[in-house]
Order: sequence, then structure tokens, then C-alpha cells
Amino acid sequence: MKTIKVLGSGCRNCEITANVIAAAAQQAGVEIELEKVTDIAEIMAYGVMSTPGVVVDGKLVHSGGIPGPDLVRGWVSG
Amino acid sequence: MFEWLGQRLVFDLMGLDPASRAGAALQFFVTDVAKIFVLLVVVIYAMGLLRALLSPERVREFVRGRPDWQARGLAVALGAVTPFCSCSSVPLFIGFVEAGIPLGVTFSFLIASPMINEVAAVILVGILGWKLAALYVAAGLLVAWFGGLAMQMLRPERWVEDYVWKIRMGEAALPAPDTSLAGRHRYAVGEVREIVGRIWRWVLLGIGVGALFHGFVPTDWVGANLGGDAWYTVPLAVILGIPLYSNATGVIPVAEAMLTKGVAVGTTLALMMSVAALSLPEMLILRKVIKWQALGWFVAVLALAFTLVGWGFNLLT
Repeated sequence: MKTIKVLGSGCRNCEITANVIAAAAQQAGVEIELEKVTDIAEIMAYGVMSTPGVVVDGKLVHSGGIPGPDLVRGWVSG
Repeated sequence: MFEWLGQRLVFDLMGLDPASRAGAALQFFVTDVAKIFVLLVVVIYAMGLLRALLSPERVREFVRGRPDWQARGLAVALGAVTPFCSCSSVPLFIGFVEAGIPLGVTFSFLIASPMINEVAAVILVGILGWKLAALYVAAGLLVAWFGGLAMQMLRPERWVEDYVWKIRMGEAALPAPDTSLAGRHRYAVGEVREIVGRIWRWVLLGIGVGALFHGFVPTDWVGANLGGDAWYTVPLAVILGIPLYSNATGVIPVAEAMLTKGVAVGTTLALMMSVAALSLPEMLILRKVIKWQALGWFVAVLALAFTLVGWGFNLLT
């Protein structure tokens, strides 16, 4: 099972990003573990300054802004 | 074009008298709403197409490890062209500290960023003309440079929260941005949505205040009280602007109304800068990384700088 983390200290776009990912996973019929990381130290440990950031299986794949639908589909199914 | 639209709609369609107060206010409101929102969408979209490249991570890489004056110059310039959401102030601050960038330089960046951005600059040109736009931008850059320098002299390192020093940043192996035309378009549309979605309330509020001022405040009264002869109008404008918050774009229509009614240029600029750069929400966010003393000095330094700028322009004009 994939682990996807959304990095962001509770801004609106972080919420939206988490929802987009959850919806995409459900649509693809894939089970994922979705985690919201709000601790600033942990966020920065990934080298991210512009939130929201997205980490898939420990690897940073996106930062700054809400990700596009194609990207998200790639993460949950790829 | 927008003036025509405002006049047709308010005077012809709604039948208000152009000489009446409500008519004048409503015409101002309609004209500015149309003009500013069209400009906003066009400018942000164009910037989005061109840009897609300047993230805070990149800014940090540019600035780190340079001699002080270079770092400060870059911080001010990059702060002016990057419209960061104040919600990313905290990671930004920590990222700069972690990169060994002097705090004074970081403060320069934090001053320039909310006060000046390319979107507000273009709208300033559209509404107030290029001369005032240039004045505002130049004054903003000046304040950011010297404000950061003044903060540096206060040795603000002692007021940084302890945990900030302990954070270690990982190397960001960021995926390359999509630079195809479709990718740029998608990014630009995303930016328009994101930024307009974030600031439209402030802009509407600003236009509303500007319209009321335009329609209901008598020119004679403004001339007598805010004409710039009295020394205290500038500090008054700055103090008024501290608790008031709007973003750099939202404050433009207010300035427009003030200037057409004869408020002195320096007084207007001081209010604009104070409203855009000093705000309670921003202070509360920064409080997570620095202590109250630093925030107090930050406000004091900026208030003093805005007052000096205002006096300076009132003397010159």
C-alpha cells in the first residue's frame, strides 16, 4: 500500500490537496494511507518551503500549490 | 472603456444623478471593480505563463552564501517579484535562517514581499499612472533595504525562537516544473484561481472604501485637513494603517480616491505602505518564529520608515 503525505501547516490549499488525493485514490480503486504532516520541522526536513508539498513513499514529488489532476492520478496508481 | 461602462450602468441604466453623492460613489465602484478585476486576471495569467520558476526554494538558493549587500539586494528584488502568501512566511523564515542568510536580509525580504509585487505594480500604473506607481515601488524598495538594515543593527538573533535554530532542512530534490505550453497554461490558470480567490475580498473592500470616500467626503474638508501642510497627517495615516489590513492591490482604489480628493501624495503613500506591509495576521504568523520584542521593533522601524517617506514626498511635491 502506498503512503502519501501532504505537507502543510493547515492552510486551505493543503486541505484541498489532501481531498483531491483521497478522491483520486477512491476513483482508481486504490487503497492508500494518507497522512497530513503539520509539524513545521518535519515539513522542512523534506526541503519544502512552499506548501502544500506531497511525498509519495518517502519521496518528495510536488511542492507549492494544488497539484493538477494528471499528477495526482499518477501518484495513486503509478 | 471602464469609465464608459461605469457611467452607462450607473447613470443611464440605473438613472442616478452624476452630481449626487450616491451616483458618484457607485460610478467609482462599478468602474473600479471592472477595471481592477480584469487587470488582475490578465496580469496574473501573464505572469503565470512567464514564470512557473521562482519558488521560495529557488530564492533561498540565490541568496545564500552571498556577501551582505548582494544578499540584501537580491532579497529586496526577489521579494518584490514574488507574491508569497503570508501563510508561507514561517517556512520561508526558517529556511532562510537555516541557510545561514543574515536575519536583516530576511527582514528585508519580509518587508518587500507583501508591499510590492508585480501584479500590484501593473494595477497601480493602470489606476494611478506610471509616475505614482514608480514612486510607490521605489519607496517600497528603499524601505525594505533600510528597514532590514535597521533590524540587523538590533541584533534580532536573540529573539528568534529556539526551535528555529534546531531545524535541519533536507535537500529538496524537486521535480522539474512542466515547461510545455500546456503545463504553463495550467500553472497560470491555477495561479489566477489561487491569488484571486485569496485577495478578492480585500480588493472589493478597498474599492468600497474608495467609493465611499470618493462620493461622500467633501473636497474642501480634505483640502483643509489632509492637504499635507500639517506635519501630523503622515504619522496619523501610518498609525491608522497598522491595524487596518488589506493587500497591496486592495489599497490602490483607496489611494485613488484620496488622491483625486486632494490628499497629499506623501500622506497617501504612507497609508498605502502601512496598510499593505503591517498587519495583525502577518504579525501573529511571524510570532511563531520570533518573539514579541522583535515584532515590536519591526513595527516601530517600519512605522518610522513610512513616516519619513511620507514627509519626504510631501516636501518634494
